[in-house]
Amino acid sequence: MNPGFQMHPFVQLFLARFREFVRTPEAVFWSYVFPLVMMVALGLAFRSGDEPAVSVAVVVGAAGDKVADALEQQGGFQVMRADAAACQKAMRSGRVDVVVQSHETDGTTFHFDSTRPGGRGARNAVNDVLQRQAGRQDPLPTEDLTATEPGGRYIDFLVPGLIGVGLMGGGVWGVGYAIVDMRIRRVLRRMLGTPMKKHHFIGAMMGSRLVFMIPEIFVILILSRLLFGVVSHGGYAAVGVIVSLGALELACIGLVIASRAKTIESAAGLMNLIMVPMWVGSGIFFSAERFPDLVQPLIRILPLTPVISALRLVMQEAASLTDVVPQLLIMGTWTVVTFVLAIRIFRWD
Amino acid sequence: MTYAIECRRLTRVWPGNPPVEAVRGIDLCVERGSCFGVLGPNGAGKTTTIEICEGLVEATSGEALVLGKSWTSEAEQIRQQIGISLQETRLSEKLTVFETLTLFRSFYESGLDPQQAIEMVSLQEKQHARIRTLSGGQKQRVALATALVGNPQLLFLDEPTTGLDPQSRREIWKIISDFRESGKTVLLTTHYMDEAERLCDRVAIFDHGQILAEDSPKNLIRQLGAEHVVMFEVEGRDQPPEDFGTGLPGVISARTESGSRSLSVSEIHVAVPALLSEISERSLKLTSLLTRQATLEDVFVHHAGRSLDAEDAGGES
Repeated sequence: MNPGFQMHPFVQLFLARFREFVRTPEAVFWSYVFPLVMMVALGLAFRSGDEPAVSVAVVVGAAGDKVADALEQQGGFQVMRADAAACQKAMRSGRVDVVVQSHETDGTTFHFDSTRPGGRGARNAVNDVLQRQAGRQDPLPTEDLTATEPGGRYIDFLVPGLIGVGLMGGGVWGVGYAIVDMRIRRVLRRMLGTPMKKHHFIGAMMGSRLVFMIPEIFVILILSRLLFGVVSHGGYAAVGVIVSLGALELACIGLVIASRAKTIESAAGLMNLIMVPMWVGSGIFFSAERFPDLVQPLIRILPLTPVISALRLVMQEAASLTDVVPQLLIMGTWTVVTFVLAIRIFRWD
Repeated sequence: MTYAIECRRLTRVWPGNPPVEAVRGIDLCVERGSCFGVLGPNGAGKTTTIEICEGLVEATSGEALVLGKSWTSEAEQIRQQIGISLQETRLSEKLTVFETLTLFRSFYESGLDPQQAIEMVSLQEKQHARIRTLSGGQKQRVALATALVGNPQLLFLDEPTTGLDPQSRREIWKIISDFRESGKTVLLTTHYMDEAERLCDRVAIFDHGQILAEDSPKNLIRQLGAEHVVMFEVEGRDQPPEDFGTGLPGVISARTESGSRSLSVSEIHVAVPALLSEISERSLKLTSLLTRQATLEDVFVHHAGRSLDAEDAGGES
């Protein structure tokens, strides 16, 4: 490497930050491993495909056994055979969605809880099988297409949210904590006594954050693709642009939080104050549209919301950058406003 | 020739209720190539004064010229030519000595090779060790090296040896003397009088934000008119008055602090026999007797009317 380049203060500040980061194993863990653990755990919990079997309890008896056999033959059902009391108990405890009691003469009774998700669906599925077996002809031909294609599953929804979590944690903690720590150690003050340029320092803090983000995002994207087949239906270049701007925006938020705080406690309080609304409202784990209309304008301008929403539009709905201009504008506004504010109020001691 | 540092009627008031006047009209000139000591107890205004000179604190009024330049118009040029070591800076524990010095070197247009700075503080063996693994004295030497790596004309050291063991203090003193012998200027603050006597060409004694006395350590002691101190304790039914010994030949002044009596003495060979005969005349029993050279500590006591370690809250230092 060119020694002149290597001795540039920006490069040295960047390297120092980089070394501090990679020499702090816990920081590396929280940045890189934690989002992955979350992705794998949630991806497995909500996975679709193989086993959305309907759990049915059939009350044993001559007629009951026939029903049970028919359901097992059909497939897609997990059948439990037991006496009436045991069947009721299984339903109460939620292990089965529906209890089927078949009588030789009086027909068939379904017991299910209509308020429970899956109860009515299970009843209908069992009913269909029994009716068809009994000779029902469906007059209207229909075809079922289940949403297990990449793009529409929960994991496809989750991955952009987790990228957002990574950007938020890295920006707010990565930049904010690091600066407050340097202020407490009086290193900021020490540097103020040198000819170091302030924009080199701030630039290196932000720049290093953008660079740490790259492997973090790559690992999420590659692993979610390998494990769950998550792909971006829009261009990866657009994903790159959104992620970069998002990382910058959230790093600026970290910067503004850190611009005055003199203790870790006060900084941590501020960070939580700012991050909790985003955890809840920015649509990381579930769609932010579920909140009442009244708070929607507020939710839409939370710094993290446009990042995740733009990523979802691109990755799930193949949107292009021009389709997410409103989101990019909100992100850009946050970036500029918080950056200017941070520079104005920044204290070196 | 301009001074390395020239302060005129410097004041600094910290806002608060009530406001704290940390510095109250300091005039200070430090000659180039000298080592100047700012001495005084905690809260005397030493740190505030040095930080005004370092450009870290703004003076409320007055002016501080550094290397003939003003902080208001030539801050960048001043920073290129000074090196500072603050009280209580904790450098990044995860970086090595060499990495830390390379970082600080990058801030300066010209300066030493980081390697050279490491040699100046004799840390060659530790250059690839992380700061976390160093002892307190070694960390302080790294802090000194970060001040030296820009090859400064003027070095500011705030309490450079506070909290260090005697061996480490001597090592730091050696580094400071070497720097000073290369013809450059040092301004240091300390509350150790022995440090000031040993290192400084000139000292200013601070108390309550003002300068009580300023001269070379030798002259300050000589000006006491009493270059020796006799310390003694006596037993007896009638303890003599606190100023016992005043008026004896060769004795300049006498004082008692927590049972221990001391006389400031100009001619020790006259004063001690006179003291001994006075004690036996009064039928007192001498339990201890010690004589020593007067130090800057005695100069402080003379001017401030109390000893250095006597706690006297004078506000934030």
